[in-house]
Amino acid sequence: MIAFDYRAPRSLDETLAILQEYGDEARVIAGGTALVTMMRQRLAQPACVVSVRGVAGLGRIEATNGSIRIGALVTHREAECSPLIQERLPVLAETFRRVGTIRIRHMATVGGALAHADPNQDPPVTLMALDAGVEVQRAGGGRELPVAEFFRDYYESALEPGELVTAVTVPLLPAATGASYVKFLPRTADDYATVAVAATVTLEPDGEHCREARIALGSVATTPLRERAAEALLSGARLGERLLKAAGSAAKTAVDPLDDHRGSAAYKREMTAVMVERALTQAWAEARRAARASG
Amino acid sequence: MIRLTVNGQAHELDVPSYRTLLDCLRYDLGLTGSKEGCGVGVCGACTVLLDGKMISSCIALAVFADGREVTTVEGLAEDERLHPVQQAFMDAGGFQCGICTPGQVVAAKALLDAIPHPSEAEIKEWMLGNLCRCTGYYKIVESIQAAAGQARA
Ligand SMILES: Cc1cc2nc3c(=O)[nH]c(=O)nc-3n(C[C@H](O)[C@H](O)[C@H](O)COP(=O)(O)OP(=O)(O)OC[C@H]3O[C@@H](n4cnc5c(N)ncnc54)[C@H](O)[C@@H]3O)c2cc1C
Ligand code: FES
Ligand code: FES
Repeated sequence: MIAFDYRAPRSLDETLAILQEYGDEARVIAGGTALVTMMRQRLAQPACVVSVRGVAGLGRIEATNGSIRIGALVTHREAECSPLIQERLPVLAETFRRVGTIRIRHMATVGGALAHADPNQDPPVTLMALDAGVEVQRAGGGRELPVAEFFRDYYESALEPGELVTAVTVPLLPAATGASYVKFLPRTADDYATVAVAATVTLEPDGEHCREARIALGSVATTPLRERAAEALLSGARLGERLLKAAGSAAKTAVDPLDDHRGSAAYKREMTAVMVERALTQAWAEARRAARASG
Repeated sequence: MIRLTVNGQAHELDVPSYRTLLDCLRYDLGLTGSKEGCGVGVCGACTVLLDGKMISSCIALAVFADGREVTTVEGLAEDERLHPVQQAFMDAGGFQCGICTPGQVVAAKALLDAIPHPSEAEIKEWMLGNLCRCTGYYKIVESIQAAAGQARA
């Protein structure tokens, strides 16, 4: 690793001031799982590394009106084990549980899972299907953008130099809604996904028609993807097995996966169809359960 | 200057920013029990506890651990008495070549601290990230069950 200045500010204001001063010479470090690995491999050589671990107020999980707000420094393991998330958004707790190993989940943070912008990561896929928002701060201002607009390219997000992710806000599921996350792992249980799909299905009061469906895909393009064409097939339609299969087929034409050691591009495309159908089948079953429980 | 408490002992160390926690333990403090296998967070040979939670010390900066408590394999035994997990790995044959063992033992101790009587599925999920090329894992699972005072599978 190449030497760098190390700063460990204690407050948000101080952090934002340092990030502004160093601009694109600075890199934030949170859990360090991705950044230290990249620095060891000399894929990243920042002049200044700014640790946000000591910044107060970024590590909370709280219920706000209709959503759960998760601070950027919350670790994957904390999110997975949070009683609030387990109870209100079990699909999100389960998604964090599918990341790597417990050792990695003790280190990696929710903010890092977004800012790292690796399309093979799990949490962004579910956060995208849940229509979560990313809170971003910079010296003198802030903004919030939907997760669906946060990713630009491999390892490239919408963050500008000087910006810090401070939290992600995840809306709770509406009534008669089910959600699912499926991670296809043909190699080892701690691997990154070959194909990953998160889905939500909201039923109309008749219990038969779909009011809204959301589908997000991981590991099959340069960023996680919202698959709106497949979603459009479902919304307003009467749900059935053939329709879910058709949605899977639609999704496979939208993806552009790479050939790699997790499978050929052609294989990943075929598995996208299978996994979308599976994710929708699960979400639909959950939606019917939710509708019965409330009706 | 960073402050680390390692196996109960306080240290003040002047380390460069790029020093990994693993190198700091091995070369600055002489605690060579923790090993470097992959160097990228996958294999578990470098597993240590940071404030009681297991992490990969190969991808943690030493400065990341400033002000915190580290437990390594050297900190498990009390005087001459092995930790029950260490004893169980010896009794049940939980290792062969031994390169992965410090990481296995530290991870297993953390497991039993969190879940004193884990099921086999819980053991497998917890130990998933500690790779072993020798044992085929059966003996590791049996060692942990023995340490937890459970009848061997
Ligand atoms: C062996 C291994 C296996 C893994 N397996 C999986 C897996 O199966 N699935 C999965 O989803 N993930 C997996 N991961 C984790 C994942 O790939 C990232 O490493 C992790 O999410 C990054 O989080 P971090 O807090 O460690 O980020 P860091 O390494 O600290 O930072 C990563 C990047 O994000 C930036 N950053 C971090 N926090 C902020 C912030 N608050 N604001 C602005 N920028 C920020 C940093 O500058 C850096 O560019 C694995 C990691 C390892 C090492
Ligand atoms: S050496 Fe750290 S996990 Fe392999
Ligand atoms: S005992 Fe040899 S690798 Fe585990």
